Amino acid sequence: MKICVLVKDVPDAAVQKRIDPSTMWLDRSGESTLNPFDTHAVEAAVRFKEGDDLEVDEVVAVTMGPEGAQRALQKAVALGADRSVHLCDDALAGSDVCATGKALAKVLEAESPDLVLLGQQSDDGECYTIGAVVAEHLKMPSLTQVVGIEVEGDKLKCERQAEYGYDTVALTMPAVISVGDAINEPRYPSLKAIMGAKKKPVDTKASSDVGLDASEVGEAGSKTTVTALNEPPAKEAGEIIEDEDTAETVDKIVTWLDERKLI
Amino acid sequence: MGGILVYALHDGEGNFNKNSLGALSAASDLAGELGSEAAAVVVGDVSDEQAQALGNYGVTKVYRAKDVPEGLAQPIVDVMAKVIQDDGFSYALFGGGLLGFEIGAGLTARLDAGVTMEVTSVKVADGKLIAERPILQDSQIADVGYVGEPGIIIGRLNAFDVEEKGGTAEVVDVDVELSEWSTKAEMIQRGEQRGADVDIEAADILVGGGRGLGSAEGFEACEQLADAFDNGAVAATRAVVDAGWYPYAAQIGQTGKTVAPKLYLAVGVSGAIQHKVGMQNSEAIIAINKDPNAPIFEFSDLGVVGDLNKIMPKLTEALKARKG
Repeated sequence: MKICVLVKDVPDAAVQKRIDPSTMWLDRSGESTLNPFDTHAVEAAVRFKEGDDLEVDEVVAVTMGPEGAQRALQKAVALGADRSVHLCDDALAGSDVCATGKALAKVLEAESPDLVLLGQQSDDGECYTIGAVVAEHLKMPSLTQVVGIEVEGDKLKCERQAEYGYDTVALTMPAVISVGDAINEPRYPSLKAIMGAKKKPVDTKASSDVGLDASEVGEAGSKTTVTALNEPPAKEAGEIIEDEDTAETVDKIVTWLDERKLI
Repeated sequence: MGGILVYALHDGEGNFNKNSLGALSAASDLAGELGSEAAAVVVGDVSDEQAQALGNYGVTKVYRAKDVPEGLAQPIVDVMAKVIQDDGFSYALFGGGLLGFEIGAGLTARLDAGVTMEVTSVKVADGKLIAERPILQDSQIADVGYVGEPGIIIGRLNAFDVEEKGGTAEVVDVDVELSEWSTKAEMIQRGEQRGADVDIEAADILVGGGRGLGSAEGFEACEQLADAFDNGAVAATRAVVDAGWYPYAAQIGQTGKTVAPKLYLAVGVSGAIQHKVGMQNSEAIIAINKDPNAPIFEFSDLGVVGDLNKIMPKLTEALKARKG
């Protein structure tokens, strides 16, 4: 069987993220990395391949994004994916959730995976939704924010927290599952794996290669439009203490609490 | 035209979720401004009385699919897609919560519709709805409009206040044939409670522990600190509950509790949005974290950058000494 892992290249956590006011899109220049939640999805896929519960022939990392998004694919391969597919086309720029889901589903359709894994949210967009969008296009059952997966025959028994406690749900494969960071502890890739990943070929596809019309993706295919960006209501900045002398720090905290009659 | 359809989540016995009731109230206000009506969708075991009572939150009609199970998204996508298409709704609205994200996302694909998530407020402009969505760690708010119909709006936890308006709703039973793939997920167990049944909602002071504590043992220090206050208790982030460090009943956030104590003292908590939404209305917030860039410092009244393992025991000691 084949597992596809959807990955995303996101601005590095240390980079100050900004919106380009001319396009209202996220400025993607500057340092970027594999979305941290996606490393857990790659790890889950690689563990299935290494383990005996599923007969996994290959793990394929899939992304959509500008040229630089290859970094995320390389990292996914360094973490154990066998190969990668990059949907890359100027026509895709500015795609919203609706258009992105449609485009990714087309790439996955061509791969025809038995299982699609992805991180539950991206560090930059925090949408939580792509997995469920893609599943609907692929006509597969899906579950998001999953923190445990057990194989039971052709079913995957998944657990996750929902509104009333922990839910356990059995999905019949093929299925789409987004995972939370509690599902596993991703490995650190070896230097050899990192160097090796750079040499592995990336299958780069344009939207026409997967049967997407330019009108379905990018700004043209998007169903939402950002009409304005506003500042949130100003909040008084809090006081910050750098702990240099802990006794002094504790004194300051106690005084602060005392002044507010909290002790 | 302009009608708003709201999904009303319940616990399996027809007790509706507060966030869903908030969404119903908001939808009814917005529909009033648009000159249209708001309706609700419910699935599973909901009695006539329970369904009619949703009218108290301003909806005029409740679509009920009795045979569709509550708790899984895709069958509910089938129901909502049918109601939206048959009766021409212009928007679908969801209160905060995980299932709303999944159903909204499914509808996006099914109906080729625009979706906005983590919405904190919805307004009317030129006869259409505009969703306000905080982005980039809440540093900016995007106004998002929709191209075509329907528009799908997924609220953030606690975004919409519950308002009782009086009135009852007409209940319409709907028969829906489920999509083949919607039947391929099966709920084995719903709403399992894990760990001790602790009460954090009655506490005046909450010590909230996060991954920065390093291990389950870190919570012992949190409990000692909470004990040093009057009426203190310990709360936890989702990450540490999922890791099994602390009981689910103490969890704050999207899939946990919403609290507003007199003081929330966050130790080793980064301040992810899903935690923030569950505690940001606390009267005072103190954060202790070694990472000066942790988002929690953006909304703390007092931020302490330092090693919690050094600060917490000394703080506990100092508070205990004061108490005598």
